[in-house]
Amino acid sequence: MYDVVVIGGGPAGMAAAIKAKELGLNVLLLDENDYLGGILPQCIHPGFGIHYFREELTGPEFAHRLKERLKELRVKVKGNARVLSIENYSDLEKVVTFVSPEGIFDVRTKTIIYAAGARERHAFEIGIVGDRVAGIYTAGEAQTLMDIYGIMPGKEIVIVGSGDVGLIMARRFALEGARVKAVIELMPYPGGLARNIMILRDFNIPLYLSHKVVEVRGRGRVKRVKVVKVDENLRETGEEFWISCDTLIISAGLIPNVKLLKEVGVEIDPATGGPVVNDRLETSVPGIFVAGNALVINDLVDYVAEQGELAAEGAKEFVENEGIGTKRWIRLKRGQNVRLLAPHYLSGERDVWIYARVSKPMENVAVEFPEIGKRIRLPVVKPAEMLRIRLRKKEIARAKGAITMEVVPL
Amino acid sequence: MIYRFTCIVCPLGCTIEVEVDDDRVKAVRGHTCQRGKEWAIEEVTNPKRVVMSVIPVEGGRLPTVSVKTAEPVPKEKISELMRFLARLKVKAPVRPGEVVAEFDGVKIVATREA
Ligand code: SF4
Repeated sequence: MYDVVVIGGGPAGMAAAIKAKELGLNVLLLDENDYLGGILPQCIHPGFGIHYFREELTGPEFAHRLKERLKELRVKVKGNARVLSIENYSDLEKVVTFVSPEGIFDVRTKTIIYAAGARERHAFEIGIVGDRVAGIYTAGEAQTLMDIYGIMPGKEIVIVGSGDVGLIMARRFALEGARVKAVIELMPYPGGLARNIMILRDFNIPLYLSHKVVEVRGRGRVKRVKVVKVDENLRETGEEFWISCDTLIISAGLIPNVKLLKEVGVEIDPATGGPVVNDRLETSVPGIFVAGNALVINDLVDYVAEQGELAAEGAKEFVENEGIGTKRWIRLKRGQNVRLLAPHYLSGERDVWIYARVSKPMENVAVEFPEIGKRIRLPVVKPAEMLRIRLRKKEIARAKGAITMEVVPL
Repeated sequence: MIYRFTCIVCPLGCTIEVEVDDDRVKAVRGHTCQRGKEWAIEEVTNPKRVVMSVIPVEGGRLPTVSVKTAEPVPKEKISELMRFLARLKVKAPVRPGEVVAEFDGVKIVATREA
């Protein structure tokens, strides 16, 4: 019987497995690919690791560091292993069933750290209709083609979504000689970090804010797409135009991969799309922990790895004490201009990082926790940037009941 | 000519304006600190970028290996650099950090195992 089985070998899972092993736990890491790193090996641009390794790395380099550490520690890793189900026999015994080229296996474990990442939203989810033609990819698919297999997905590109992933793909296409004809963004503001918005200026790529792609036309291959302007309520205005292109890239956000968790009865937060967790990142099923994009969509891989470590510490406590011993949980609630947050329950027994996102951009704000009298001033908040805020043990202890987090104008 | 952009040196994201006359910087506005000012001037007079790509690899586990420039290169050199990279090919094994080529004195470094 394992102390912990980690599901997913991306940055969250690798960091969790490393930490768990360092803490003396008997750990198994499962991943469905035959290489470790999750999406990192295909994220060949720099910008990773500034917090976690105090050095700017590319995605493959970040993954490599974690892989080397796993090797040093002789962590047991099983690749090509796709998890089919999780069963919760009792709080202290779970069974993970996976399939691999050698067959189907059941492993018993005391705890699980679920780090299966997220999936991309596809064309149908964002209401694009029209011909079913070749040349429509999610950003991640296009990235895998280009940066793992060395295949160009197209020559004349339209990108839906101005989040970081869409912008980074715009740069990759432009660098490799494709013409990026437009980036189309539904919201009235860009979705990505300022340093990635700069890419558009570098390559003279037009950005259409408050616009959406509604229709694809072509025969065999994408030929043109219809773009309409939307009003402040995101309703179509009727003002429309066509862009000719051979490729449409959908970069419309990520959704935590929680299917297996739902099947085992884990409570899901509709705001994050991930599970409801306490400050050990334990879900509503005792002994099942979650980290990384399966918990909440992060903007920095550094936070993902940090969550992996935190989940491993939770697993250690669980294994040692046969459960997390906290008697009282304080609910953390969303207030004004807080679209989502995690964790949802605080013990007051430790300092915690709160990960949160706002609903709309604002300048000169205070992040407030009125019940405990905490207030942090910030010059700007943007939906694209995750807020990461430290709450101290003694601050949390001041709460009588629930604590609210809100972002208000100063 | 006035260039206007968002500073990316720190998360504050000040909007900086750089006024240029005959290639000489006449004024910088909107920055909150010295670092931002210097960055903005460099952005206008000599913008540089770290460039990344993939090149084919023979006998590797994946068909390509990812590479980056060891230091930022001037923006106007980028298309020439990309054409140079497009001609490269390497043989496995390659280790991350290994120098696979050199362009204009700038090292091209592998970032993935292959
Ligand atoms: S000017 Fe200074 S304070 Fe403003 S964003 Fe740039 S680095 Fe930050």
